Amino acid sequence: MNEGLYWQGMTLLDFARGPAFRWSVAIFIVGVIWRLTMLILAKRKRLEPPKGAPVAGGTKAVATRSTPPGELYGGLTTLLTRSAPAHELEKNIVFQHYSGYAWHISMFIILFLGTPHMLFFADILGFTWPTLPGWIITFFTVITMGILLVLFARRLMNPVLRKISTWDDYISWVIAFLPFLTGFMSVAHLTPFMDYETMLGLHFLSVCALLIWFPFGKLMHALVIWPSRYKVGAAFARRGVRA
Amino acid sequence: MAASNTVGDVLRANGVSRRGFMKFCAATASMMALPPSMVSAVAAAIDSAKRPSVFWLPFQECTGCTEALTRSHTPTVENLIFDAISLDYHHTLMAASGDRAEEAMYEEMEKNYGNYLLLVDGSIPTGDYENYSCTNGHSHLSMLLKAAKGAAAIVSIGTCAAYGGIPKANPNPTQAVGVQDLIKDKPIINVPGCPPVPTVMTGVLAHYLTFGTIPELDKFGRPMAFFGQSIHDRCYRRTFYDRGMFAETFDDEGAKKGYCLFKVGCKGPVTYNACATLKWNDGVSWPVQSGHGCLGCSEPDFWDKGSFYRPLSAAYWGDAKTVGISAAAGAAAGLAAAALARGKQKKAQQQEEQA
Repeated sequence: MNEGLYWQGMTLLDFARGPAFRWSVAIFIVGVIWRLTMLILAKRKRLEPPKGAPVAGGTKAVATRSTPPGELYGGLTTLLTRSAPAHELEKNIVFQHYSGYAWHISMFIILFLGTPHMLFFADILGFTWPTLPGWIITFFTVITMGILLVLFARRLMNPVLRKISTWDDYISWVIAFLPFLTGFMSVAHLTPFMDYETMLGLHFLSVCALLIWFPFGKLMHALVIWPSRYKVGAAFARRGVRA
Repeated sequence: MAASNTVGDVLRANGVSRRGFMKFCAATASMMALPPSMVSAVAAAIDSAKRPSVFWLPFQECTGCTEALTRSHTPTVENLIFDAISLDYHHTLMAASGDRAEEAMYEEMEKNYGNYLLLVDGSIPTGDYENYSCTNGHSHLSMLLKAAKGAAAIVSIGTCAAYGGIPKANPNPTQAVGVQDLIKDKPIINVPGCPPVPTVMTGVLAHYLTFGTIPELDKFGRPMAFFGQSIHDRCYRRTFYDRGMFAETFDDEGAKKGYCLFKVGCKGPVTYNACATLKWNDGVSWPVQSGHGCLGCSEPDFWDKGSFYRPLSAAYWGDAKTVGISAAAGAAAGLAAAALARGKQKKAQQQEEQA
């Protein structure tokens, strides 16, 4: 349903809710489908026979263990094992790992259980669901922003992280941070030099920026993380090693 | 109507007590965000103010603004303030009509040239459509341009006069505009609303009587005293919004319990007006209290901002067709990229085999 918005007399909020959002969604879909199609079709040719699983023709595989894992088993197992920090590395990455969990859980609470956000999705999906009071959403927004700031500071202060960081990391951080910042400022009416509608418009525009950047930067991990983990696990299993 | 008596004289002649008058002045001072110490100054100014000559020109409108002002259930001091001004022309309210009424109007305008207040409700058709709205054979555009010349200030009553309103709604069949789009050399106060709150109309006049100046205005030319805060911020249902309690439909349990109307499209968060505090009909009610979300009627182009029942947070994200075309374009790009990658892979393999 897109009735009724006209360019004449359009405010920043109207522009953000209307044309900007429409184009952002279109770019988001083009980008996501493009990347997914490419990833699915650009298959690597398997030149080596599997080492961890039986092969066709009755020949026994070169098994490194008594019960060789199949690709499916290896892929699924990796989905679980990679979801917790590897025991050997736990000491070094535990903060990063669990702050990532905290951030993502908070983000999903805000995204799906904030009333205005639920209404946004309900408009697309056609059904509603229960939401949380505004103050709880504000609480989680502060948490997400705090975690992002800490992780950003850590990235800047840790020499190894700083070395391996690319523009994509920094742009993705800004793009991910802005919707929370503008959303918080709208709700809290922290709108210096502008009115509430302008800040709300900026909130919509920050989401537009996220949608546009999403398929082309590291934010795409949201869609490819599970298939890629599975693929890594399956490939390792095929080679007869545990991922 | 002669413009000789003071406002105080007229109020006393109509039986308004000193106590009633002071109550009105206190309320007016409060509405205008003045300190309590200013109440007596407001009272003295209104009491001794000479009745200013006022002309009310209704243009392309529905008379709703006049109705809002005159259909109060009981006569109020606000009404009497209106009686106290010298309303020299209002063709809906006056008995005279035709050439004689118009002649009288222009005669009074001549007498009070440079000093009268011009109140306008309704938009003004322009261009080839100028003659779509006329009074006594004269287009409203020509009437406005003529009347505005000698006005001390212009008050645009209602959203149509202020910003073009419903007549200006897409596709704007009469090329209607608001007063401020045509008159650039006079102070203009916009009092939008569909209709505006009666107390706001009288409050603006009271300000003019008290100070002889126009009040502080916001970016849309509206008096800050009345349009400085959003409906949402002053809404008595705001608590329910904060607690996440909403009416899902207009007849569900939430609606019966008076929960927030945000989910059914209330535009209160982005609408600035005094409805939530001043209300209509002697403070009896206002749209949200009656169970309907705010339409945003005091904002420019409110009619063209999408459905009244679409929640504010729902964007105009597109439709199935746009999504389909985008997905097809994405798939085509992905296929091309994959074919390219496979081609390269094959070439590399062939080179390896040859080597």
